[in-house]
Amino acid sequence: MQEVTAPPRVVPEPQPKKYKSSSELKKRLWRNKLLYVMLIPGVLYFIIFKYLPMYGLIISFQDYKPYQGITGSEWVGMKHFSRLFTEPDFLNILANTLILFGMNILIYFPIPIILALMLNELRGTFFKRFFQTLVYLPHFMSWVIVVSISFVMVTMDGGIINELLAYFGFSKINFLLSPGWFRPMYILQVIWREAGWGTIIYLASIAAIDPGLYEASRMDGAGRLRQVWHITLPAIRGVIITLFILKIGSVLDLGFEHVYLLLNSMNREVAEIIDTYVYTAGLRQGQFSYSTAIGFFKSIVGLIMVMTVNKVSKKIGEEGVY
Amino acid sequence: MVEDRTFSGRLFAAVNFILLALIALVTVLPFIHVVAGSFTTSAELAANKFVLIPKVWSLEAYKFIFSTNTIFRALGVSIGVTLIGTLFSMFITALMAYGLSRRDLDGRRVFNFLVVFTMLFHGGMIPTFLVVKELGLIDSYAALILPSAISAFNMIILKNFFQNIPEGLEESAKIDGCNDFGILFKIVLPLSLPAIATISLFYAVTYWNTYMSAILYLDNSAKWPIQVLLRQIVVLASGMDHSATLDGTVPPPDQTIKMAVIVVATLPILMVYPFLQKHFAKGAMLGSMKG
Repeated sequence: MQEVTAPPRVVPEPQPKKYKSSSELKKRLWRNKLLYVMLIPGVLYFIIFKYLPMYGLIISFQDYKPYQGITGSEWVGMKHFSRLFTEPDFLNILANTLILFGMNILIYFPIPIILALMLNELRGTFFKRFFQTLVYLPHFMSWVIVVSISFVMVTMDGGIINELLAYFGFSKINFLLSPGWFRPMYILQVIWREAGWGTIIYLASIAAIDPGLYEASRMDGAGRLRQVWHITLPAIRGVIITLFILKIGSVLDLGFEHVYLLLNSMNREVAEIIDTYVYTAGLRQGQFSYSTAIGFFKSIVGLIMVMTVNKVSKKIGEEGVY
Repeated sequence: MVEDRTFSGRLFAAVNFILLALIALVTVLPFIHVVAGSFTTSAELAANKFVLIPKVWSLEAYKFIFSTNTIFRALGVSIGVTLIGTLFSMFITALMAYGLSRRDLDGRRVFNFLVVFTMLFHGGMIPTFLVVKELGLIDSYAALILPSAISAFNMIILKNFFQNIPEGLEESAKIDGCNDFGILFKIVLPLSLPAIATISLFYAVTYWNTYMSAILYLDNSAKWPIQVLLRQIVVLASGMDHSATLDGTVPPPDQTIKMAVIVVATLPILMVYPFLQKHFAKGAMLGSMKG
């Protein structure tokens, strides 16, 4: 799952000293032997659950049969990958994925920034903390809880939204089964769950701004909105760009759970995305190789996107993620 | 900042306050609605739609959901997985983070790169499933913990936090005859409580919210954690795919019952949250900003 909080940046490290002789290196290795012991469980974890699956990607070049394993299965070259681009199903789920991603960027992404600016302009620490506590809260609820809460609210039999619609003389809407309502529901849930939490990083970088700048701008007669525009926003530009890069990198990675929970036979046309399709085609229908190829495609696109956007951001003089 | 006492300044502050109050209200109202609905009778909920404070209090829904042991069992699984998982994850994350935080460790750049790389590229759902299956973890509770035992993100936050602890402390402990484990457990960890609390909360929330691993790796419904049960009761029964509900003929459960299950699945997090909130805000910022 993609964490929406802070981008971890790799610390610039001091260059390790050059060793005069290998015996000196050996001595250091021996002295730090306990540190290496400490790394063992973590390294094992990464090898088994992160790098072995990467090795497992080679089944996307095979017709993988569970009983024959990776070594026994037949090699088929790019067969599964070429199937991707001829299968109408795949082009449809790719479009669905891109549309949801576009909504994430255009609708969701600016909201935490605006919310952070608003929270920052709030006078009085009590209310600031109080509102923050309330808007952070949904982040700690699972997608199952978020989706469940909205389902009991919009359901046809007695959901409060439909009752309100009826009360004001409108006809009830079957939000859950109508394809047209899938995308609005999806993005509203994303906003409800993540917008508050997304403010943390922006608030932290706003807190680091030199108060003297505001003082000076007030001397020059700048009002509150002008201060936000000319001081606060430029100061958090770097953070905005960094988070934007991370977001772009997760282009095809919308998260399986959320969409899977909203998916049903009526809205499949607009709701099926790459992740849910990989699950259905792979684990439900047993097309291991084909769905692994889809996942592989997704991971590679993500990697390329992060590297590209990172490069671009460095070119325009920003820090980049790594 | 100094209070802006001009008219436009005051207007700005007032509008801003009202908007934020509305946003906060919209954020909590759905949940309050669900909590209130769970504590009333279904007749009351049907008659009086806009309950925020129930007129008639009732534990009917809770009595019903706790009348069989399905919910108890699922809660037990979730609590167990959360406690054991958080402890286990914290332990191995702290060990690795401390090892990698030490500047005199040869090869730390390689290790760091290998960790960061997993955040940029991964094998995906099916190959990971196959690894879990090959290890014989299918249908075991370990499958809910081991495959996600370390979050690279959390590990890096903790590592950065450890790096900010003055090296002199560690050196003097070494002179006093402490080995690396002693330094970690007696000096570094006690000094890192805000970070430990933050990361523990992150792990605990993740384990409590475990859903995907459960539907991927558990076939036996007796082992389901509360989140999977919640989906079964609310999402599948909410007028979608009636064929997919328990057996298609059972009528969907009452609104009040669905709401009660939501409350039960959310409550533990809401109870932990206030205790750790002051830590995590600080800890998350430390981790992210100094990174």
